[in-house]
Amino acid sequence: MENQLKNDFEKTIKASDFSKKDIDIKENYLKKFIKTGFPNRKFEDWKFSDISQIIKKNIGELDFYNDYSSPNKIDPSIFVDGLEHNKIIFINGRIEKIEFNYEDESRIEILDQQDLKSNLKYENPLISLNNAFTNKYYKIVIKENYALKRPLIIYYTTTENVNCKNINLKLDFLLEKNSSIKLIDISNDLSKKNFINILNNFELKKDSILKNYKIDNKENDNIKYSFNNINQDINSISETFVLSSGSNFIKNEINCNLNGRYSSAFINGIFSLMDQRHHEIRTSVNHLIDNTKSYQLIKSVLDDNTKSVYQGKIFVNQFAQKTDGYQLSKAILLSENSEFNAKPELEIYADDVKCSHGSASGSLNEDSIFYLMSRGLNYKQSKELLLNGFLLDVIEKITDSEIKNLIKNLIGIKE
Amino acid sequence: MREKELEKLKNYKYGFSTDIETIKAPKGLNKEVIKFISNIKKEPKWMLDWRLKAFERLKVLKEPNWQKPKYPKINYQDIYYYSAPKSASEKPKNLEDLDPKILETYNKLGIPLQEQKRLNGIAVDAVFDSVSVATTFKDKLTEKGIIFCSISEAIQKHPDLVKKYLGTVIPISDHFFATLNSAVFTDGSFVYIPPGIKCPMELSTYFRINASDTGQFERTLIIADKGSYVSYLEGCTAPMRDENQLHAANVELVALDDAEIKYSTVQNWYPGDKDGKGGIYNFVTKRGLCKGNNSKISWTQVETGSAITWKYPSCILKGDNSVGEFYSIAITNNHQKADTGTKMIHLGKNTKSKIISKGISAGFSDMTYRGLVDISSKALNSNNYTQCDSLLMGNKCGAHTVPYIKNKNSKSSIAHEATTSKISEEQLHYCQQRGLNSEESVGLIVNGFCKEVLQQLPMEFAVEAQKLVGISLEGSVG
Repeated sequence: MENQLKNDFEKTIKASDFSKKDIDIKENYLKKFIKTGFPNRKFEDWKFSDISQIIKKNIGELDFYNDYSSPNKIDPSIFVDGLEHNKIIFINGRIEKIEFNYEDESRIEILDQQDLKSNLKYENPLISLNNAFTNKYYKIVIKENYALKRPLIIYYTTTENVNCKNINLKLDFLLEKNSSIKLIDISNDLSKKNFINILNNFELKKDSILKNYKIDNKENDNIKYSFNNINQDINSISETFVLSSGSNFIKNEINCNLNGRYSSAFINGIFSLMDQRHHEIRTSVNHLIDNTKSYQLIKSVLDDNTKSVYQGKIFVNQFAQKTDGYQLSKAILLSENSEFNAKPELEIYADDVKCSHGSASGSLNEDSIFYLMSRGLNYKQSKELLLNGFLLDVIEKITDSEIKNLIKNLIGIKE
Repeated sequence: MREKELEKLKNYKYGFSTDIETIKAPKGLNKEVIKFISNIKKEPKWMLDWRLKAFERLKVLKEPNWQKPKYPKINYQDIYYYSAPKSASEKPKNLEDLDPKILETYNKLGIPLQEQKRLNGIAVDAVFDSVSVATTFKDKLTEKGIIFCSISEAIQKHPDLVKKYLGTVIPISDHFFATLNSAVFTDGSFVYIPPGIKCPMELSTYFRINASDTGQFERTLIIADKGSYVSYLEGCTAPMRDENQLHAANVELVALDDAEIKYSTVQNWYPGDKDGKGGIYNFVTKRGLCKGNNSKISWTQVETGSAITWKYPSCILKGDNSVGEFYSIAITNNHQKADTGTKMIHLGKNTKSKIISKGISAGFSDMTYRGLVDISSKALNSNNYTQCDSLLMGNKCGAHTVPYIKNKNSKSSIAHEATTSKISEEQLHYCQQRGLNSEESVGLIVNGFCKEVLQQLPMEFAVEAQKLVGISLEGSVG
C-alpha cells in the first residue's frame, strides 16, 4: 500500500497547484498515515470496528488518486423535494456547485484554499489521510448577526463511473457572532465499494447556533467515515443529529470542544440497521470551562446480523465546574445474530458536576406486544408501532419542525 | 525522628515493620530463582515444570499499558521473589512453636492467631511475606472434610486437586502479571469444600508484606464442589516504606454445580505518604469460574490502600443459571490511583450478573471504574444490571467510568447506569445542623453512599470496613 500511496500522492500534487508550503504540510500528513496505516482493533477508539479489516474484506486494495479535471453532470433528481434550500454538491469527491440562492450573498463568504495546517486537537490516521489527499477545500463564513433563511443541504454523491476507490472530502465552517445555520448532509451513492472519508470543521463564535443533520438512509455498499469537529465559544449551541442506516459501514465521529461558558452541545442519533450493516457513532464531548451542558441520546434498532456501536465520552476538566452532562444509549435487538456494543465513558476532574450515563439493551418487550395485540393489532403492526415510538423519541429532539418532518418522511415514521 | 515515625503511624496504623531474621532468594528473576523457590518448598517436579513453562512464556509477554494509572518502569531484576522468616523454614507444628515475634505482629494487626481468643470461629491462614505461617481451626475443618491450608502444603498433600484445577481459570499465558505470578508464586491459600458441605465458619487469609524490596506473589485457589458453600475473607497490610513494592497475586475460584463462593476482600496495603511516595503496587488477577449449573460467585471488595490498585475480579458464567455478583467500594485519597472494576462473561443460558460499584476520590487521587459485560450469542435469557456511582471531593481528583458493554443475544438484556456527583451542600448542612462536625458529616454520608456494598460483607468485616472508610478519608474535607 505504501507505494500506491506515494505514487498517488505524487499524481495528486502534480494535478493541482499547491504552494511549496502546502505540499510540505500534506507530505507530513501522508507520512503520519503511512506510519500507522488504517487503524485496527489495537487502537482503543477502533476496538469495536476494525476498519483496516473492514476495508480489506469489502474493498481490497485501495487507490488514492482522483482525477478532478472534468466536471460531472448534476442529476437534479437527487434534490430534496418540498423544501427550499441552499446547496453544496459533491460528485465523486469533486465540488460541483455552491449555491446560496435564498440568502443575502454579502453575508456569506466562501473562501478557497484555506491554510492547510489543521488546528484539530484530536488526530487520527484517517484525518491524516484526508488532509493528505483532499485537493480543494472551502471555508464557508457566515457573517456576524446573520441567520441563514433556508437550510443548506450538502449532497455527497457518487456515481457509477467514479475513478478512485478512496474519496476524501473536507469543508470548514465559521459561524461569526450571533449567526446561525441549519445544515443537512445527504448522501446518494451509486458507486460500489468505495471508502469515503469526510472531514468537517465547525468554528462557533459567541451566541452562534449550528444545527447539523447527517442523513445516511439510502442503501449502498460503501465504507464511510465522517469526522465532525466542533469548537464552541460563549453561549453557542450545537445540535447534531445522525441517522445511520444505509451504508455498508459508517462511523460517525463527533468531537465537540465546549470552550466558552454557557455553551451547550446536543447529539442525538438513530441506528436503524438491516442486512449485515455495521455502524458506529463515537462522540467525545469535552467540557473545558464552567457552566456548560451536553446531552446525548442514541437509539438502535438492530435486525438480522447487524451490529451497532456507540462509544460516547464525556470529559470534564478541573475548571469545568457546574457541568451538566448526560448520555443515554438504548438498543433493541430484533434478531438473534444482531449485536450491540457500547462504551459510555466518563472522565471527570471537577467535583461540582452532574454527570450521568445509562445504557440498556434487550429485545422487544413481549408484554407491550401482547397489550397491542389484545387490542386488535397484528404482530407486525404492534412491532412497528413499538419501534416507531422507540425511535420517535429521538426524532422529537430535533428542534426544527420543518426538518423534523422531512426526516420523519425519510424514514417513514408516521405519528 | 521517632516522633515523626509515630506521627506517620497515626495515618496508617499498620505501617510498622517487624524486625525478624529472614531467608531470601537471591535478588532477580531467572531460572535459578524459580528453582530455588520450588526447591525450598519441596515441590514435586511437575510443579517446577509448570513454573518454568510460565517463565518461558513470560519472556515473550509485554507489560500491558492500556490502564489509566501509569507507573515508573519496574525493574524485575531488583526484587526479592522469596522472603520468609527464618523461624518458619520448618513449619511450626502448632502455634506454641510459632516465632513470638510473628505472633506479636499479627496481634498488633488485630488478628490473634490463638484459637481460644477468637470470637466466633473464623479460621485464619496467615501469610507473612512469602510463606504461610499459621493456619487455625484445622481440626474442626478436617472433621467435615474441608481442606484449608497453604497452597504449598496442598501441592504436597493434595496434588491431584491442585493439578486438576490450578491454572484452569487463569491460564499460564493469560497476561504479564498473571504469568509472572505463575512462575514465582510463593504461597497462598488453598480451599476445597467437598460436595454438599456448607463450610461452618468464615475462612480467612491475612497477607502481610514485611521485608523490604520484596514482591509478594501469592496464589489462592478455592474449589467449591457440588452443592457446597464457602465464605472467604482476605485482608492485607504492609509496613510503610519509601520505595514502591509490587504485589501481584492470582486468585482462582471454581464453583461446580449448585455451589456458592463468596469472596470478600478488605485491601489496606500501605498507600504511600501524603506526597505519593512509596506504597504498594497492587496488580492482582482475580477470576472466578461458575463451572457448574446453578452455581454462584460473589465478589465483595473494599479497596482503600495501595499506591496503585489495578484489578478486575471477574466471573465467567459458564454453567446454565449461574450467577455472578460484584460489589465494590474503592476509596482513593492523596496521590493514590485505582483502576478497578469487573468482567462478567456470560456463556451459559439464563445467567445473571449484578455489579454495584462505588468510587470515592479525594485529594489528588484518580479513580477509574473499568468493567466489561459480555453476553455471548449462546447465553439466552441472560441479564446484567450495573450501577456505578462516583463521589468526588475537591477539584484536584478525578473519577472516571469506562464500561464496555457487549450484547450479542437478542433475548438477553443489559442495563447500565452511572452517576458522578459531589456531596451536596444541603446534605452537609442537614447533618451539621444536628450537631455533627463537617468530618463526621462526611463520614456519615459516605457510609450511606457505600451501604449497599458494606451490607454484603460478613459482620466482623463490615464493622472494620466502615471504620476504614472513615479513616481513609480523614483530612480530605475542609
